[in-house]
Amino acid sequence: MNRLTLLSLQIAVGIVLLVLWHLLTTIPVGAKPLLDPFFFSRPLDVLARVWKDFYSGTIWRHLGITLTETILAFVTGAIGGIVFGFVFARGEIVAAIFDPYIKAANALPRVVLAPIFMLWFGLGIWSKVALGFTLVFFIVFFNVYQGVREVSPTILANARMLGMNERQLLRHVYWPAALTWMFSSLHTSVGFALVGAVVGEYLGSSAGLGYKIHEAESVFDVTGVFAGMVILAIFVIVIDTIVTAIENRLLVWRPGTQTTTAQG
Amino acid sequence: MGGNTFAAVALHGVSISFLIKGGVYQAVARTDLVVAPGEFVAIVGPTGCGKSTLLNVAAGLIAPSTGTTEILGSTLAGLNAKAGYLFQQDALMPWKTALDNVAVALEPQGVARREALERARHWLDRVGLAAFTDRYPHMLSGGQRKRVALAQILIRDPEILLMDEPFGPLDAQTRQIMGNLLLDLWAQDRKAVLFVTHDLEEAISLADRVAVMSAGPAATIVGNYPIDLGRPRDIAEIRTEPRFHEIHKAIWAKLRGEVQKAYALGEGKKS
Repeated sequence: MNRLTLLSLQIAVGIVLLVLWHLLTTIPVGAKPLLDPFFFSRPLDVLARVWKDFYSGTIWRHLGITLTETILAFVTGAIGGIVFGFVFARGEIVAAIFDPYIKAANALPRVVLAPIFMLWFGLGIWSKVALGFTLVFFIVFFNVYQGVREVSPTILANARMLGMNERQLLRHVYWPAALTWMFSSLHTSVGFALVGAVVGEYLGSSAGLGYKIHEAESVFDVTGVFAGMVILAIFVIVIDTIVTAIENRLLVWRPGTQTTTAQG
Repeated sequence: MGGNTFAAVALHGVSISFLIKGGVYQAVARTDLVVAPGEFVAIVGPTGCGKSTLLNVAAGLIAPSTGTTEILGSTLAGLNAKAGYLFQQDALMPWKTALDNVAVALEPQGVARREALERARHWLDRVGLAAFTDRYPHMLSGGQRKRVALAQILIRDPEILLMDEPFGPLDAQTRQIMGNLLLDLWAQDRKAVLFVTHDLEEAISLADRVAVMSAGPAATIVGNYPIDLGRPRDIAEIRTEPRFHEIHKAIWAKLRGEVQKAYALGEGKKS
């Protein structure tokens, strides 16, 4: 299937769903439409609300706060994950001692921590950052841990034969290997940073996209909820596109689907 | 370097044992091997006879169970800093370009980065990769990756080259091209070379001397054959010379028995 056909089919699916939603909530069957607009809203209403949110400029503040929380959660979680991943991978004994605790902490559903973080860090952005941190940390931690431990023995032996000391091995072999694994989980960890921010806002805050959705929900403003979801989706797509661009830039050395191989 | 009276590599009574499930496996037993400065020695032997293990002892990657290794007159402890090691598998850092892979080899010697890059460029040129400096390893063919690996080792100017079936994964034509490249580079400053291969023709066409290893377990060197073919050589052409065939016949007479032994053992293990 070529690109154009694929794209038009993808768009067609979206249009069909929207038209269906529109018809079911507007065309009366008997006295009322099949889907009550009070519970399901209407696509055009949602669109109008999204437009209004952007046009009036009220949404930017919320977007800004959610973005700040996401970035802070990602950066702190990634740094923590890298540091601990490294220490654990290089120190067998430390890893063995802490193993059950790491597993237990990772098995815990992080949402239950949200109320505690609110007590500790208040209703501002830091309780959301903390929640996002716990989500991002473990993803990066496990990836870096594995990345450092699974460095090719041949590459390692070669680097040693070239005379590299521990510090040089760390810089030229372990560190890039760990980063590779971290970047391969970049989409997931950025996604989880956002989840932490939005869920945190949803559970208790005074600003952010999660707060907007929660606010609309509590007054049965279904149009507002859908509008919030649409804006969140746009936000995620934009962030994901940026992450993909960063990834392509940083992992340029990785074999992709199109490899040019010359003979010789 | 100049005027070394010591052997470049001297293995004295080296045995290597591994702990395996249910006992000890002796891979190599009481082996002596000497490589003179500037000498090109090839070790041939059946698959799994322990020739690569022996090479790893010379590199200091494995400590022998008994026996000693002397490198240029001093006993080896730890890694062999005087040697460059060319691995059979890909050993380049995939996250570095060809240029960076070669330049980084100078970092342990404390060479400034700018100078290292300049010298790396020069070396990539010498191995015929001047146009590929910015390529990452996955963008290069198997032969090109071996060229980069060769440059990475030679830029450090080691006094000894250790090679573990380096051209094994390459196709026949590329092997010949790489063999000629190796001989060209080697002819310029005659380092001591210890070259492990299972390919007897490759061994004869490259080396000054071919050492034959017996089938494992407890493998050892069972024959040394000087190769009195002239230099410079062309790997492809030398194989048509009558003297080449005489030498090949003589060594093969010895090697064939060992290969058959190894084969019989291998079959025995399977059943």
